[in-house]
Amino acid sequence: MTVSQPHRYTLANGLRVVLAPDDTAPVVGVSVHYDVGFRSEPEGRTGFAHLFEHLMFQGSESLEKLAHFRHVQSSGGTFNGSTHPDYTDYFEVLPSAALERALFLEADRMRAPKLTEENLRNQIDVVKEEIRLNVLNRPYGGFPWILLPPVLFDTFPNAHNGYGGFEDLEQATVADCAAFFDTYYAPANAVLTVAGDFTVEAAKELIERHFGDVPARPRPQRPSFAEPPPTTEVRADHPDPLAPLPAVAIGYRIPDPIDELDAYLAYLVLAGVLTDGDGSRLQQRLVYGDQLVTEVSAGCGMFGPFEARDPDTFTITAMYSPEVALDPVLAAIDEELERLASTPPDQAELAKITARWAASLHKEHDRIVSRTLALGAFELLYGNPSLVYELPERISAITPDAVSAAAKALRPDSRAILTVTPSGGAE
Amino acid sequence: MSRTAEQIGRTELGPRPLPPLGEQRAATNLSVVDTVLDNGLRVIAVHQPTVPMVELRLRVPFAGTDPAHAPTAEVLAAAILTGTKSRDRVAMDTELALVGGELNAAVDPELLSLGGNALASGFDTLLTVLADALTAATYTDDEVAGEKARLIERITVARSKPNVIARQALQRHRYGDHPFTREIPEAADVAKVESADVRALHQAAVLPRGAVLVVVGDVEPVKAVAGVSAALADWRGDASAAVLPPLPPLTPGDLLVIDRPGAVQSQIRLSAQSITRTDPRYPALQLANLALGGFFSSRLVENIREDKGYTYHARSYPEFTPDGATLLIDTDTASDVTAAALLEIRYELARIALVAPEESEVDIVRQYAIGSLLTSTSSQGGLASQVAALAVLGLGVDWLVNHPERLKAVTAEQVAEAAAEFFAPTRFTGVIVGDVAKLAPLTCIGGVRFP
Repeated sequence: MTVSQPHRYTLANGLRVVLAPDDTAPVVGVSVHYDVGFRSEPEGRTGFAHLFEHLMFQGSESLEKLAHFRHVQSSGGTFNGSTHPDYTDYFEVLPSAALERALFLEADRMRAPKLTEENLRNQIDVVKEEIRLNVLNRPYGGFPWILLPPVLFDTFPNAHNGYGGFEDLEQATVADCAAFFDTYYAPANAVLTVAGDFTVEAAKELIERHFGDVPARPRPQRPSFAEPPPTTEVRADHPDPLAPLPAVAIGYRIPDPIDELDAYLAYLVLAGVLTDGDGSRLQQRLVYGDQLVTEVSAGCGMFGPFEARDPDTFTITAMYSPEVALDPVLAAIDEELERLASTPPDQAELAKITARWAASLHKEHDRIVSRTLALGAFELLYGNPSLVYELPERISAITPDAVSAAAKALRPDSRAILTVTPSGGAE
Repeated sequence: MSRTAEQIGRTELGPRPLPPLGEQRAATNLSVVDTVLDNGLRVIAVHQPTVPMVELRLRVPFAGTDPAHAPTAEVLAAAILTGTKSRDRVAMDTELALVGGELNAAVDPELLSLGGNALASGFDTLLTVLADALTAATYTDDEVAGEKARLIERITVARSKPNVIARQALQRHRYGDHPFTREIPEAADVAKVESADVRALHQAAVLPRGAVLVVVGDVEPVKAVAGVSAALADWRGDASAAVLPPLPPLTPGDLLVIDRPGAVQSQIRLSAQSITRTDPRYPALQLANLALGGFFSSRLVENIREDKGYTYHARSYPEFTPDGATLLIDTDTASDVTAAALLEIRYELARIALVAPEESEVDIVRQYAIGSLLTSTSSQGGLASQVAALAVLGLGVDWLVNHPERLKAVTAEQVAEAAAEFFAPTRFTGVIVGDVAKLAPLTCIGGVRFP
């Protein structure tokens, strides 16, 4: 891709900065990634990282409640935030005239957020509505991202529900918020990214002006979340009164996405070989050939690749008719994996995956939101935002043997199987 | 080092002033060709070479009044990309994949939509595969049978989702059995569809005349149109694609409650008659709608989410059909606060209708409308979808380009007039889906009809 390398530097307070100027459209993206996600929340406080993300929008020293939203939107911009296993991001996309405003807003809440009892109670209610909307009141709520981890993992950080239980959310206190902020929201634990229509000199000056006096605090020690893979096949069932059809999620452990990137990318290519497009192996076998399932998909990460450190998950999910038994579905998947393990795919098959990845990365780059967030996430996770632009080449270099080896490592005797069983009875 | 929340929220310097906006650079002029081919297909090509990709959006008016139309159309959309005389489904996917491409098809009561993208270097391949599907889709018995079976399961899943249940209930409540309501066919009707029916529908209704193809990306518009013209030369038909029959004007009325036993949340869906984008009052109404519930900093969100915590989301938004428009208000709330949320929605409707919004509020929504148009059209995919949505209403890229000027010209007084005319709570009708056993408080506030 014909883009210049992003500029990287670090402020005196430890805040890492990524600047990616590009004048194709008069818009800018600004994001801040904090190096804390729901894997870091304490026991008894499930859902706290996400709840805290909501609170970061509730005002800061210079901004009354609601002011953040109004200032972004009255500048013609949009905003959001999201909580991931290993980081939490906040972003704005705006006409380029509003760059300084966005920097001001992010700096103000990095320096001095207003964490009040009233806002905490209000956002606990809002988050509970979010959970009712996305989990409790709908079929397949939390499938598989909430339901599969406790089957595949044993330790609290990896296994627990990142949305949180209502009882835990309700017990959250302002003191918890203050401690969480002081520990994890230090500038040295964050990455600021600016992408789009600006000049590097002007942006650097504005960033120093607004973030330069955010007081330094120590960067927290990042714990290891490592745990051994399962030594057997672990199964669990989740009865879902709202679901009309059974579904299954199969979870496998995969190589460390950071330290073993090429090995990890082999699984990304494998996911494409298995389920990307009508010509892929599992679509052909399960959907069109044996007609065992209605839909099947495979991928790395519970929300997509490149948003978690080790341990990460390879997931295959399928939805199937109640007349179909689970075992033939599993047997067909295992057979296809064995076929790939014994005979590597040919180059032509991989060329399809490579071209589609190149195209999807172009599309991601074209949307300024996703471009900004990807650069920030790659700085945070890899210390290398340029890796975003190197991915097509890295992916195209994955060999058939590597894909074959990845398939071989998805062993039936070391995986989690979570089924969703309709339990609503006949209507 | 452990600070209290109060210590965290204060610095020595104290609150700081909001920086002013800088100088805004205008978007570069779009290079556009908007033309109608010999076969009656309108083609709009826009040059936006931000990345070496190209986006396609084909919209074919695809209405039908026959009760069998909707299920047959669903099967057609599911099977149109499953094989042609010269390519089977795998060959289609493989050709597209090798140029980083994808194509998808979907249908609704108004339109058959085919869309996709590819590396710009694969534009010809993308067009070739699209043309092949349009002119030579075979709908083999096997593929149709498979797609029907999967469609039936997808329909079953869709119909179990609260937002779908609410949408269906709202459609029935608003328009009875008008074809516009047939958004998701009955599984039993899909089961009756034969492959011969699908082939006949394709022959009769997948027509270029009246349809529009939008191309956005790293392809010169003149070349894009030439490419489309050559690739789709064999796509012909004398008749025009079928446009949805006009909808009857909405009748205001009580909200109908639909029982969903065991639900932990209720879907509140309100609707009222509105105006098309070409109406001179539209820019003012657009701004009034934003102020009411069209973005996060709106009255509805600030009230029922940020103040009361009744909901995660609330919004009001327009829905356009070729000859009309409606306003919709959506929110989902816990059962025990459903009545209170409805009360607040009615309060906000009445307030915006009765009390003129401040100039400053109008400026906020105006800036948001202009700015979000800029950001949402800065990507190829975003621009392609916007242009396609306008094109099916008979509008072109010029409407998009000139819209910021229209928004700038709107006065606060015009916004107040639009709000008074369109947001009076007595103009609305709608549905509430939830657990009736928990919704008794609704009887206190009236305007609600229980099953």
